[in-house]
Amino acid sequence: MALITCRDAAFAYDGKVVIEGLNFEVSQGDYLCIVGENGSGKTTLMKGLLGLMRPKSGAIEMGDGLKAIQIGYLPQQTSAQKDFPASVYEVVLSGRLNSRGIRPFYTREDRQVALENMDKLGIAPLRKKSFRELSGGQQQRVLLARALCATEKVLLLDEPVSGLDPIVTAELYQTIAALHREAGLTVIMISHDVRSGVEYASHMLHLQNRQIFFGSAAAYQESDAGRYFLRGGGPQWN
Amino acid sequence: MELILEMLNFVFMRRAIMVGLLVSLCAALLGVSLVLKRYAMIGTGLSHVGFAAIVITGVVVDMIPPAWIMGFPPLARMIEFSPIILPMLVVVGAAFLLLRLSESSKIKGDSAVALISTSGLAIGVIVMGLTTGITLHICNVLFGSIFAMSAADMYLSIVLSIAVIALFVLFYKQIFAVTYDESFAKATGTKVELYKSMLSLLTAVTVVLGMRMMGALLIASLTLFPALSAMRLCKRFLFVVITAAIVAVVCFFAGMVISFAYNLPPGASVVGVNLVVFLLSSGVALIRRGGRA
Ligand SMILES: Nc1ncnc2c1ncn2[C@@H]1O[C@H](COP(=O)(O)OP(=O)(O)OP(=O)(O)O)[C@@H](O)[C@H]1O
Ligand SMILES: [Mg+2]
Repeated sequence: MALITCRDAAFAYDGKVVIEGLNFEVSQGDYLCIVGENGSGKTTLMKGLLGLMRPKSGAIEMGDGLKAIQIGYLPQQTSAQKDFPASVYEVVLSGRLNSRGIRPFYTREDRQVALENMDKLGIAPLRKKSFRELSGGQQQRVLLARALCATEKVLLLDEPVSGLDPIVTAELYQTIAALHREAGLTVIMISHDVRSGVEYASHMLHLQNRQIFFGSAAAYQESDAGRYFLRGGGPQWN
Repeated sequence: MELILEMLNFVFMRRAIMVGLLVSLCAALLGVSLVLKRYAMIGTGLSHVGFAAIVITGVVVDMIPPAWIMGFPPLARMIEFSPIILPMLVVVGAAFLLLRLSESSKIKGDSAVALISTSGLAIGVIVMGLTTGITLHICNVLFGSIFAMSAADMYLSIVLSIAVIALFVLFYKQIFAVTYDESFAKATGTKVELYKSMLSLLTAVTVVLGMRMMGALLIASLTLFPALSAMRLCKRFLFVVITAAIVAVVCFFAGMVISFAYNLPPGASVVGVNLVVFLLSSGVALIRRGGRA
């Protein structure tokens, strides 16, 4: 049974539909890459998958007892305040909030997981620093570490490599691929980097205010939409 | 030192200090979250609603014939508690209304607060205007008085502060997550609405308890100043919370001593001390950054 099933779902802001005709499935262990131009509704769909927004019509079903507490999420833009006084460690650790049910304090295991994820993303030396004093790319990595701390089954990433330098970008794709392969995480990633998308992902979803392609990454490269986007979009450096 | 001992000789002073310290502490803890969530004005809005509620309660109590009280002793008890309980119900109601209003996003948060707070003031003043010979002193309601504290206030504020501190310690993780990034918290399975309601509720109760001593116009500053001062000095959320609590307690006590020594209104003295501390911590922050503003 599929982990997430989208049945003819549509999303709207104030009654104005921005994305419709969504029909796709994500199964356990898939790596789905969502592509599309700016404003095509990718972030909106992700909010829907996260339960932050209700579909205007149609339905999104969570199968296999998938719960919000098993989801890790990297937002495109945080709702957090820019000048929030928090250390890197505090931010990363907050990803562990719901992983152990309601308990007053973080456990030794929580701290361990937070440190491991910071190591993985090369931000362990920054752990005592204030989040608001980091560069954009460093902040991105901190938020990614928080997402890794939160996830058990599914990792949703909204443009994870934006603002990262080429070396870290490549490393990040490797990290995500490894998590997908070894930890068996289901990954759903929004990206403008279509080439890396087809390289790493098992499935592609192309949006243009409606769904214009959904299928395997191999099929996408042969499709009209994929060929146009891969050539027309050209290589994208993030 | 002698001054402090002399001050503590008075029963009403001990009560006022007890209530004030606890309320300041709670207000500071809650204030950190409110300020960081850009929800700081809620204290002002709620205190103005509280003003209306206190005036109306005062008028209603005045209208009860003394003969009734003689004939039915429990009524006296109820009247003793009424200046806290009734405003508390009204203000808690207003807090939930505000939360709903800001969620529906038809009226934005700050306008919703302005709407409710000016309505509260207006209704209070209208009721005062309609009734003559009211025993309530408007100046005391607006700017506070230490003589307003009853034993009931003291017990309630002890219960409240234990509740606030316990909830802060037990739900510290959740409060951080909800304050820091609401949509991430929600997406990963935190009951954001529950914690927001809890913060609103506790703020409402804190405002009502502190209002009669600090004054309807000044109580909101107890939620603002300690948090703002602490944010100038600290970079970690945990330290901000702890510093805010310490600043609040120290400023309150210093303000009370000054108010006693120079016979000044307590609310204004406490706010004055808070202002000085805020300016000092801003200065420290400025110097630390090497003079770069
Ligand atoms: N909060 C909002 N209120 C109203 N309209 C919105 C809101 N957020 C997005 N939209 C609109 O919905 C459409 C889709 O936006 P969305 O953020 O999903 O695009 P996107 O595919 O993520 O784009 P990008 O690649 O730039 O991140 C856009 O036309 C946008 O103007
Ligand atoms: Mg987007």
